[in-house]
Amino acid sequence: MTALNESQIKEVVLRALGNVAPEVDLESIDPSKDLRDQIDIDSVDFLNFVLGLHKELAVDIPDSDVAKITTLNGCVGYLMARVKCA
Amino acid sequence: MGEFRMPSLGADMESGVLVDWKVRPGDTVKRGDVVALVETEKGVIEVEIFESGVVESLVVQPGQKVPVGAALATIRTDGQPAETRPSPGAAVTEQKTEAPLVSAPVTAPPPPKSLRPRVSPLARKRAEELGVDITTVTGTGEDGSITALDIERAAEQAKPSATTVAPATTKGLDLNAMRRVIATAMARSKREIPHYYLSSTIDMRCALDWLAAENAKRPVTKRLLYSALLIRAVALAIREVPEVNGFCIDGTFKPGDGIHVGVAISLRQGGLINPAIHDVDKKTLDEVMENMLDLVNRARAGHLRSSEISDGTITVTNLGDQGVESVFGVIYPPQVALVGFGKIVERPWAAGGMLGVRPTIAASLAADHRVSDGHRGGRFLIAVNRLLQEPEKL
Repeated sequence: MTALNESQIKEVVLRALGNVAPEVDLESIDPSKDLRDQIDIDSVDFLNFVLGLHKELAVDIPDSDVAKITTLNGCVGYLMARVKCA
Repeated sequence: MGEFRMPSLGADMESGVLVDWKVRPGDTVKRGDVVALVETEKGVIEVEIFESGVVESLVVQPGQKVPVGAALATIRTDGQPAETRPSPGAAVTEQKTEAPLVSAPVTAPPPPKSLRPRVSPLARKRAEELGVDITTVTGTGEDGSITALDIERAAEQAKPSATTVAPATTKGLDLNAMRRVIATAMARSKREIPHYYLSSTIDMRCALDWLAAENAKRPVTKRLLYSALLIRAVALAIREVPEVNGFCIDGTFKPGDGIHVGVAISLRQGGLINPAIHDVDKKTLDEVMENMLDLVNRARAGHLRSSEISDGTITVTNLGDQGVESVFGVIYPPQVALVGFGKIVERPWAAGGMLGVRPTIAASLAADHRVSDGHRGGRFLIAVNRLLQEPEKL
């Protein structure tokens, strides 16, 4: 995979979120707040979000790390550390 | 000769709009094949056929609205009589809806190669976008096929057809219509079904510990959610208390023909639908998880199948993700029970003479008192609890 920078990873995260919750205005997401408090997503949606990240970035996010990706900032930071970054 | 009829996809469905055919005259079909798309208040449903044979003729054209029970197509079944699949919803609806019979010709002429014009995918997409009824368009493409240009021309000159009540489109849900359907079903439930309610708090430590250990060994694509454990536990508990699984029709209990667990799914646009996972008791936990994920995704994308809509024999609703601690549901008629789960909450828990903190879940049962009583309902919840203490056996 080509190296990705932070903004590209953020783009991937937002795209995965958009696929799960197409009605959400992604611009309005507060990056420091829990996504589940801002978007009406259930456990199936969250799994689909994790599967979406896996599909795009080939990252296997273990269940035990889910708490680290519950905010947009946390998710981007976590993925920066896990994928090959520019 | 058999007839493929407009199915009842719920107790309160009276009619549906044929959106599109997936077969042509002369096609061979087998039981379970998706043969048509039908639009109902619950969205566009892929309708399966329940007999095998050869499609003789398509009686109804895309865009037409017809009542439940009306013939949509005739099927040649090699001398076998038409098989009418019993549907609990249909049993209720058909009494009040006299379907106009469309009789098959006594001497059927050889079927033409195709009664349905060929339509390119692009043309079909344009027709959907522009609300054009494909059946009214004359094709100018090769062999008379309909092109996107034909659709655009037709859109400019369009005059609504008298027999067309809705365009053949897979347009989004009509939420007002869905709300009316939910209102009708729930009002009927509260009016006709003498509900009783039971609740039990279940220690989920074993189940969640097992799940965490199991998921740690699995790739993300095979991950399990605890809801799959709940659905399996409900299905296996039904084997012990079968009177919560089935239908009450005209005051008589008709046991389900299998354990088909309806899963209440909230749609993103609003509204609710409860398609079924078939034969949950016979499936592995992985299969149930896979089916559940697929069902939720297809329900939200509007790609459910008719059997999933009409076959549920009990419903499970899990409102835990919404932060609800307990749920006392309204039974979906003519079913006789609904099982509700709230969110997992840590509580002080006394066990073995020790006080500790455990993750717990409130399980509730709303059941039909015409069919079961609190004693048996209690046995059911006890069984659900016991099964969740041995998650490795689920």
